[in-house]
Amino acid sequence: MKPAPFGYARPATIAEAVGLLAEGDGGARILAGGQSLMPMLNFRLSQPAILVDINRVAGGGIIIEDAEGTEIGPVVRHAELLRHCARGGHPLLAAALPLVAHAGVRNRGTVCGSLALADPAAEMPACAVALDARLKLVSSRGERWVAADDFFTGIYDTALAEDEMIAAVRYPPPAPGWRWTCTEFARRHGDFAIAGLAAGLGCDGADISAARLVAFGVGERPVRLADAEAALTGDGVDAAVRALDDVEILGSGEYPEAYRRTVIGTLLRRAVAGLCSRVAA
Amino acid sequence: MSGEAHVDIACRVNGEEIVDRVPARLSLVDFLRHRLGLTGTHVGCEHGVCGACTIVLDGRCVRGCLLLAAQADGAEIETIEEASRSGRLDALKDAFVARAALQCGFCTPGMLLTSAELLADMPAPDRAEIRAALSGNYCRCTGYHAIVDAVEAAAGLKT
Repeated sequence: MKPAPFGYARPATIAEAVGLLAEGDGGARILAGGQSLMPMLNFRLSQPAILVDINRVAGGGIIIEDAEGTEIGPVVRHAELLRHCARGGHPLLAAALPLVAHAGVRNRGTVCGSLALADPAAEMPACAVALDARLKLVSSRGERWVAADDFFTGIYDTALAEDEMIAAVRYPPPAPGWRWTCTEFARRHGDFAIAGLAAGLGCDGADISAARLVAFGVGERPVRLADAEAALTGDGVDAAVRALDDVEILGSGEYPEAYRRTVIGTLLRRAVAGLCSRVAA
Repeated sequence: MSGEAHVDIACRVNGEEIVDRVPARLSLVDFLRHRLGLTGTHVGCEHGVCGACTIVLDGRCVRGCLLLAAQADGAEIETIEEASRSGRLDALKDAFVARAALQCGFCTPGMLLTSAELLADMPAPDRAEIRAALSGNYCRCTGYHAIVDAVEAAAGLKT
């Protein structure tokens, strides 16, 4: 099981990388961590003419923490961001990153690569939507910032044009009074989630004054649970779980729609119970 | 196919300077096994699922099947051969033998390297943490229980 032949380029800058994408005319692919691309190459599901290896672009591994939040470069590994967040970075990312794949994959796989792949069952896209992250997309034509909610357009489908790459992601800082968690159900730690939930609660004393709930593994892209958010702040967790009845959820043979809906309800109860106990303490 | 792309690389493998010219599509694990003869690193699934090809790249465990040999340029690589020779795995190896945490041995190099990284990051993991850390390494013989026992023993949690 070996990949088809391809060319290989190792640009030193993002400008050089997007130049190669433009020259490739659709036949060039960005190689970041390679934890999803390499399997696709080995299976020959993907047969690019040239790989543009961005692992050594200047500033690629940078993590910036400032008043406007956290900004990470295109080859920041999951494990690196986790170590950063464990020292006081965003609590949702700190909760979600240990759930991403396995140790050896987290050591190499990149957060921006996970966003670019846009697997609907992955944690990082859901967290980006939950946190209103913005993605910096760069091509030789220029750069633009896209909101995470606009970036994910379908199963493995994003707003990225053929000649664009993600050059950075910026997460706003956690708002005061908010608590965050990420929880998922998978058959084995590190597998893609059967269903998962990124959850944030805005707390006013012991009361929930605002909520942000984004599910993954249940739709074609991260699914914002707006009705459940509203129910949670007004009528409590039982009403929030009932509100899930109206959410469109994709089922599959092994995990039918009703099952996934039940799992999300359970995860919602657990997340709220966990976050509220933290508030009380 | 004519004119297959090649890449010049220089890296350090188990302390030895290596300079070579490799096909762009050659995986790092195939380079280690076939060009350098380091067959302690095993090739299982070739798509990043089984963990048998685990090596240490610039100090961190990674899957050798999901890296290109071309990407080794400038890197420091340690395989099971050097990790074992250095003695840093001795406590784990003894515990694996004592607990019968291996049968065919195919997964063992990856299990040992991944376990060593866990214990370096987290000196006293509980059983759930050990299972989570080893979740990316398949074993088709032991049923994992003995491996978790061995890592727990090596961590000094058992007497």
